[in-house]
Amino acid sequence: MRLLVTLLLVLLSVLGVWTFYTAEENGWWLVDAVTTYAPEIDDLFYLILWLVTFFFIATEGALAWFVFKYSKKDDSKAVYSHGNHTLELWWTLIPAGLLLLIAFKQMGTWADIKYRKNLPTEAPIAHVWASQFDWRIQYPGADGVFGTWDDVESPHLFVVPADENVVFILHSRDVLHSFFVPEFRLKQDAVPGMAIPMWFNVEPEHADRTYDLICAELCGWGHYKMAGRVEVRTREGFDEWMAEQEANVMSNGTEDQS
Amino acid sequence: MSVPPIPSDADAPEPEGLNPRAAEGLRKGQGAEGSVHIEHDHHELSFIRKYIFSTDHKVIGLQFMFTGLVMLGLGGALAMAIRWQLAWPWTQVPVIGELLFPATGGAMSPEFYTMLFTMHGTIMIFFVIIPMLTGAFGNFLIPLMIGAPDMAFPRLNMIGYWAMVPGLCCALASFFVEGGAAAAGWTAYPPLSTIESAAPGSLTGQTLWLLALTFSGVSSMAGAVNYATTVVKMRAPGLTMMRLPLTIWALFISALLQLFALPVLTAVSIEQILDRVAHTGFFTPTNLVVNQMNPEGAVHAAGGQPLLWQHLFWFYSHPAVYIMVVPAMGMASDILATHARKPIFGYKPMAYSMMSIAGLGFIVWGHHMFASGMNPALGMTFMVSTMLIALPSAIKVFNWLGTLWGARIQLTSAMLNAIAFVALFIIGGLSGIWMAATPVDIYIHDTYIIVAHFHYVVFGGSMFAIWAAIYHWFPKMFGRVMDERLGKIHFVGSFIFANCTFYMMHQIGLAGLMRRTADPYAYEVYAHLQPLNEFISISAFCLFLWQFFFVFNFFTSIFRGKRVGRNPWKGTTLEWEAPSPPGHGNFDRELHVYHGPYEYASPLVEEDYLPQTRKVD
Repeated sequence: MRLLVTLLLVLLSVLGVWTFYTAEENGWWLVDAVTTYAPEIDDLFYLILWLVTFFFIATEGALAWFVFKYSKKDDSKAVYSHGNHTLELWWTLIPAGLLLLIAFKQMGTWADIKYRKNLPTEAPIAHVWASQFDWRIQYPGADGVFGTWDDVESPHLFVVPADENVVFILHSRDVLHSFFVPEFRLKQDAVPGMAIPMWFNVEPEHADRTYDLICAELCGWGHYKMAGRVEVRTREGFDEWMAEQEANVMSNGTEDQS
Repeated sequence: MSVPPIPSDADAPEPEGLNPRAAEGLRKGQGAEGSVHIEHDHHELSFIRKYIFSTDHKVIGLQFMFTGLVMLGLGGALAMAIRWQLAWPWTQVPVIGELLFPATGGAMSPEFYTMLFTMHGTIMIFFVIIPMLTGAFGNFLIPLMIGAPDMAFPRLNMIGYWAMVPGLCCALASFFVEGGAAAAGWTAYPPLSTIESAAPGSLTGQTLWLLALTFSGVSSMAGAVNYATTVVKMRAPGLTMMRLPLTIWALFISALLQLFALPVLTAVSIEQILDRVAHTGFFTPTNLVVNQMNPEGAVHAAGGQPLLWQHLFWFYSHPAVYIMVVPAMGMASDILATHARKPIFGYKPMAYSMMSIAGLGFIVWGHHMFASGMNPALGMTFMVSTMLIALPSAIKVFNWLGTLWGARIQLTSAMLNAIAFVALFIIGGLSGIWMAATPVDIYIHDTYIIVAHFHYVVFGGSMFAIWAAIYHWFPKMFGRVMDERLGKIHFVGSFIFANCTFYMMHQIGLAGLMRRTADPYAYEVYAHLQPLNEFISISAFCLFLWQFFFVFNFFTSIFRGKRVGRNPWKGTTLEWEAPSPPGHGNFDRELHVYHGPYEYASPLVEEDYLPQTRKVD
């Protein structure tokens, strides 16, 4: 039993690390990071990953080693020790320092992404409305004003320009939903009664791609299929699409091109 | 006065019954209910008073335990159905499919799926883990480990169990009402939970769910009042607070957590019930359009705030997370020390770290809400407090390792499960750091990495600790030991399959898969995760089936296990001074405590353990 338990504990740490190590080639890893702040978030993730891996190997290794070493048949008494004050001090202060370090490292990024005062100054490009179980994106249309007759409404498809700050307002018509685009490292609950401003900026090299827009907050039986798409175009491509849509609204939908 | 230790020969004959005078003396004149004294005099209680409406803490503890084990089976079965759907969505569910879903040829519906994970979480948290840890072990162990004849309020204790029963009935009955059981997640976020047209489970099912929660809260409250009072007022002479076993510290701290947090849960449950049945507007905002119509509630009420529920719910439920693990930490500490034959390393840091977990536990609830739309500045403060709460857990891990250093480990089934508790709690603790980090949480919030994290804490941590505790205290409960060989088989399989199941959830979570989805492959980005989900599901089925060894071992050992005496593990704490199983009133002689709880390998005596009651000149 002693060898078996040691083996199980060693396997736990070895396979645990190995799974993470090989995860990227298996596709079990963070998806592409395409927005300006996504690499920053990933760096913070990796910072924690390295620290966590160190403590994981150290503690599980120690556990395996102690089980191996101290579960032999032995009639002598164990070490009579009620602890060690110095050790306690060190293993309190070092983790405390590291945890505070991690916390402080995160603050700048969080403030940049989330704080209202750091919201880019660009005017909102759209209002995104979530409801059971679809996404509707409302653009201001030709007059640049929301809530007028020429607003462009796009079901399920959120078309945005790359390489510039895209600001939009998130709403929900009914229950909670969550706007989640994994590649953007962006997730925000949509709350009925609240208008939540959000922003992202997709790097130009990731333009001309479509990303899954996922509802990440339970919203009812159809939660699993509340799928949308975010299409990132170059500025020209975006303007072209928008012009088409506006023309479509002007012609009162008779030349429906969708 | 020197009290000789009780011989621990396994087959020594047990003194039957109890000396009522001794128990009487032990009460130190502090018995809160006179009736208990009277009961000591006429021992012939009817079957109903003895086993059903019993005021004996041991019987009540066992009632909680058996209820918990049955519900564990049900909660596990729900998990199996969840895993089937995630691996092979919309295919015929084996065994029960044809019976439950004749219309679809045996495949489950998405609304059934939402109900499954809602009730899996609810049952596991409110009817398995909390009743097992605080209800079963809290009841059984507190009086025994502090040398008291019973709880301070035996009748309140009985009410505690019987208040859970209507809750349980509500939860079970909700499966059979129109629309099925609640389907808004175990967190019951409004408006999904408050508006009937939002989900089938938000018809009657949700109201029953809220009632179930309220009753189970009343049950926990009755227990918590009792535990705190008993620990403070009824300790044996000489048993100072700093001589308490860590199990008792842990249960005492959990009781305090419940005392402060539960009123909030009860209040919000009632508020949500009112929102649903009286159309008040606590949580329902203005101008909702649900299912193409204005919901009934919105006609009457408006101006509610969905985030208010989240704040209040998590103000209870985050401390509840610690209620689900702190007692496990305490019991694992006792089991580790006993079977390592070595004192706990750093007793005081261990006790203080549990206290700081409890204190900090009240100011971290916001970390469940980083993506909720609350003020991001609040997120910042909750991040710092959440990072800090990792510290006491880290201190505990280091002290457990310190306990094993230089030990003489006996790899009993109890010890194996306690070691697994440490190994798996480490994983759950470490992955929590990502969630605490607000920017990283933007990505991983509501993904499977969260599911992996809390299953490592609650299954890897608490469940393995519960197994350890059952193996360890089974002799005290039934006077017999569980079979060690079956115990080891159960441990090895459970350890392997639990890790195969839950570790891989980190991976699908890192790939971004959100939780609570009935069909992950509806999205292109997740299509490639199907084989991994299949692996997880097969591991989960094996884990479930492997529990046969435990169930078989548990029930056969009650009747046919090897008989043992008072102290089969050569433990030092007070429960081992009582007969196995203890009679009504617990102890048959007066106890006086002279030492701390972990005097193993003490140089003062020849044996490798020095019981708390043994005086050394």
